[in-house]
Amino acid sequence: MRHSATVRTSLGFVALALVCLLMADFQISAHDPWAELGRLFLGVTRPSFSAMDYLGEAVVRTLAFAFVGVGLGAAAGLMLALVFRHRAVRTTCAFIRAIHELFWALIFLQFFGLHPLTGVLAIAIPYAGIFAKVYAEILDESDPQPSTVVPHGAGVVSALAYTRFSQAWPHLASYTAYRLECGLRSSAVLGFVGMPTLGFYLESSFAQGQYATVGALLLLFYALIATLKLWARPRLLPLYLLAAPFLLGDGLPIRWQSVSRFFTEDIVPEPLRQGEGVAGLVPWLGDILANDALPGLWNTLLLTQIALVATGLLALMLYPLVSQHFTGRHATGRLRGALGHGVLVILRSTPEYLLAFILLQLWGPSMLPAVVALAIHNGGIIGHLVGQRSNQITLRPDAPRGIERYAFELTPRLYGPFLALLFYRWEIIMRETAILGILGIATLGFYVDSAIQEIRFDRAMILILITALLNIGVDVLARRLRNRLRLRHTASCEP
Amino acid sequence: MTSLALTDLVADYGGERVIGPLDLTLAHGERVSLVGKSGAGKSTLLGVMQQRWRHLGAALMPQQLGLVPSLSVFHNVYMGGLARHSTWYNLVTLARPFRRDIDAITPLLERFDIADKCWAPVGELSGGQSQRVAAARAIHQRGGFLLADEPISALDGPLAERVLTALGEAYPTSVLAMHDVELALRFTDRVVGIADGRIALDEATHRLNARDLLELY
Repeated sequence: MRHSATVRTSLGFVALALVCLLMADFQISAHDPWAELGRLFLGVTRPSFSAMDYLGEAVVRTLAFAFVGVGLGAAAGLMLALVFRHRAVRTTCAFIRAIHELFWALIFLQFFGLHPLTGVLAIAIPYAGIFAKVYAEILDESDPQPSTVVPHGAGVVSALAYTRFSQAWPHLASYTAYRLECGLRSSAVLGFVGMPTLGFYLESSFAQGQYATVGALLLLFYALIATLKLWARPRLLPLYLLAAPFLLGDGLPIRWQSVSRFFTEDIVPEPLRQGEGVAGLVPWLGDILANDALPGLWNTLLLTQIALVATGLLALMLYPLVSQHFTGRHATGRLRGALGHGVLVILRSTPEYLLAFILLQLWGPSMLPAVVALAIHNGGIIGHLVGQRSNQITLRPDAPRGIERYAFELTPRLYGPFLALLFYRWEIIMRETAILGILGIATLGFYVDSAIQEIRFDRAMILILITALLNIGVDVLARRLRNRLRLRHTASCEP
Repeated sequence: MTSLALTDLVADYGGERVIGPLDLTLAHGERVSLVGKSGAGKSTLLGVMQQRWRHLGAALMPQQLGLVPSLSVFHNVYMGGLARHSTWYNLVTLARPFRRDIDAITPLLERFDIADKCWAPVGELSGGQSQRVAAARAIHQRGGFLLADEPISALDGPLAERVLTALGEAYPTSVLAMHDVELALRFTDRVVGIADGRIALDEATHRLNARDLLELY
């Protein structure tokens, strides 16, 4: 068994994570973490819905930003998907999706300020890059034959609509629906940088110690995502999309001089601005690298590798919760299965950032909240997908039960798909790790955020660029690994 | 439309010569059948014609039919008329067909015994039903001429004849690849026999009988 490439690769990852663990900072510095946790639980079990206006506004704004952002992203992505064969388009899309929504938000905040456009573009731009890639893959899979019999003289749009799009429609629709759920999470998280969405309300309730309101906000958020299929009906979507732009709120007006200043002054590297010329660029870049980029990169990598292995372990522990081979198929089994599903839904619909924020409030700043948050969210997703996959397996009638069934029958068969999913999320985990820095953990996001606080946008842009390149690099590496281990993946396990 | 001509045509597949060199001219108002045993090059020849003459207004019926499984029978037939309407009209039709198109297409479906399937997705139909949908689409296209590869291979008896009659009425000029020699003689004016990628026989139908064609097989 030790000779199989899959096992060797896995053990390598675990060993690397252990080494990282020795070097990482895992200290609980909070004064009384368990009491805080207790107060939070009390808040969730006894939520206060009394501040209805407040809660209602949080929900409406979160929905509005998600709909407008995902809608624009999907429309732009569809256009880009049609020209995706051009290398320039592919590269641009890879680049814009390598920058996290929150980084986009931090950039737009500098020149649009707290105008709704900031939040909308922060979602729409990276989503357009992701939509373009996945839509192009889906359209490529459709049968090219019908396009060859379309009568000569039919318009390009008509021909595409009747052939490619009609065939791909069910897949396009289900992927877009999935991204809408992601968009809701993104929208909620944008509140942490000042957009008027759920995160904003959560942060201020936390700051005021109103745990009952925190509980109500969290429960509302879960309810929103759990009932998504019930209210996001295809027939109602046009209505939502039309209404959403009017529900974004007013924010603050855009000051156009700050837009022009951003491009002509703020992001121009300091030595150029000071007239030191190109010669001054080298020490300037060296300074960024040594003091910000390298420490940030180091911590990001450290945290990513630990979180990746923690995610994998958690997913392997969780998948039996939703696997029929363990819950059973009869009435009580189905009940147990439904409970398992409920647990995983809660785990995976909590955005990492939100979870890390809460844990950070409870345990104080260290890498621990970040690892736990990343593992819970991503472990929930992968556990769910692996569990679903396990239900396609038929076991012989006299197959062993319990732990032996887990260790000998199912896990070995599911290990390939499991690894494929895990590597697929590697890039996503890294992107999230970088972003968690904004909360105060010393990953790349921390240095980006500090540079912005110090009004040194030139530095921030360089650091965001480095983060994007890192994400693209990991994506390429993960794809190579998947190919080498011959692991297949599907579009539906995207971010 | 003047005559359609292929001169000195050759086609290779995987380094091997499958067609030609051959010359073939199709006159206006002439129904031609291509016959020959399977592998003789009929489909390849027809494929070349479909590629070269598509922009001249040819209606196509390839062997794989080229239907969109996720669309309804109506929409697949309507696709034949895409070039006659504006883009917005086509897009609206995709969501909500207009009465006059339904009225135009329904008789065609009734004639082919598939009117009850009008709103069923083509993916749910049998092979024979799908072939009738493709024939209806070709007719609805009202193109200048028809190029069809085995248009009745999945149909039998009266239905096959009904489809051939309808195609013949709609298209006075056509090339049909046929495996049924008897039907080829009854429904076309000229028979071109293909053997080993070359023209082995080219004769008006009234001067031929089924036995003459057997030599090709």
